[in-house]
Amino acid sequence: MLKKFFSSRKSIIFTGAFIGIAATILQKLGNPANMGICVACFERDIAGALGFHRAAVVQYIRPEIIGFVLGSLAAALIFKEFKPRAGSAPLIRFLLGFLAMIGSLVFLGCPWRALLRLSGGDGNALFGIAGLVTGISIGIFFIKSGYDLGRNRKTSSLFGWIMPFIMAGLFLLLIFQTKLPTGAVFFSSEGPGSQFAPVLISFAIAIAIGFIAQRTRFCTVAAARDVILIKDNYLFTGVASLVIAAWVSNMILGQFNPGFQGQPVAHTSQIWNFGGMVLAGLAFTLAGGCPGRQLFLSGEGDADAAIFVLGMIFGAGFAHNFATASSGAGPGAWGPAAVITGLIICLIIGYSMSDLVKKN
Amino acid sequence: MSEKFDVRGLSCPLPVVKVKKKLAELQEGILEVIVDTGTAKDNVSRMANNAGWKVEVKAQEDEYLLIITK
Repeated sequence: MLKKFFSSRKSIIFTGAFIGIAATILQKLGNPANMGICVACFERDIAGALGFHRAAVVQYIRPEIIGFVLGSLAAALIFKEFKPRAGSAPLIRFLLGFLAMIGSLVFLGCPWRALLRLSGGDGNALFGIAGLVTGISIGIFFIKSGYDLGRNRKTSSLFGWIMPFIMAGLFLLLIFQTKLPTGAVFFSSEGPGSQFAPVLISFAIAIAIGFIAQRTRFCTVAAARDVILIKDNYLFTGVASLVIAAWVSNMILGQFNPGFQGQPVAHTSQIWNFGGMVLAGLAFTLAGGCPGRQLFLSGEGDADAAIFVLGMIFGAGFAHNFATASSGAGPGAWGPAAVITGLIICLIIGYSMSDLVKKN
Repeated sequence: MSEKFDVRGLSCPLPVVKVKKKLAELQEGILEVIVDTGTAKDNVSRMANNAGWKVEVKAQEDEYLLIITK
């Protein structure tokens, strides 16, 4: 019966609503504004905590990321879907993860946060979402042209357990707050990195999200992709449900502040809100799913998705060290150049791995 | 006559895209599809059902055989 529920439309509506409400509650409990959950931002915070970048305001080991992977692992083990697999263009997936993070940090949020920013009243998110859909549409062009990164293969269990063990290690660092003479682990004393909900509540909610999202295949990028590509609105109803539930919840919690100016952790440079998300949307589509989905896949043993996640964390370190990440004041000095370069790289990947070049 | 179609190991959304194309070519008959993840099984089944095909799922060790008929 449980199996049947998880493949029904009700389940995806439930999943979206659960994530939307959970994110607004996590914000109420301490997470940054309009950032109850943001996969890109939270991976960026983890990169900072480990010292991969030194932006002092965004350093924290976010238990939400850990919970997503471990919740998905639990669901996959229980429902016999833990299937270690690897070998589909890992280096390209790493690069796509890197570029997806570069784009997300120019906009200041991943697709999840774009939706949550919208439901919190941040009008700038509309430009990001428009960019996201544009990027996804370019990705669909390549998919229709035969784009394929090649098949993965079944492999040793070891591959599937690496990501859960990395997450368990991060959890230990978070709990014990280890301090080495080098300063690591770094925890922000001000800014978004210093704002967080109680660890165990965040962790428990994230485990629940990871569990149900693994079952329902929740994906914010496939939501738009499937509507355009195969006229299937199953995942779109989940995303719509997330936005509506988060919006209602924000109204109730007094967190809905409509406008463009002065929005939390956001800027008003609309061309780069749009451009950053074109890059992110294209990179996510070429890699097969949104950043949340990549975490859930890595929990069920997909080592290529895990490589993509590591590429995102690497990208976050780069983005802050090389001034491509935006701030509330606007894009970083090298943000626009990074977006354009990233788009060119994605177009080369899309073109090279499709029939546009293979058949010629 | 039935034909086996292997979409194992492909990233989303390729299993669906490839099976959809194959079904459009066939128009009617039987197509046996091998998938290796729950996601591909769910997505291919939903797409085929939406297009008016019947889908029977057989779990086989680490894989699923989808028998799609119209």
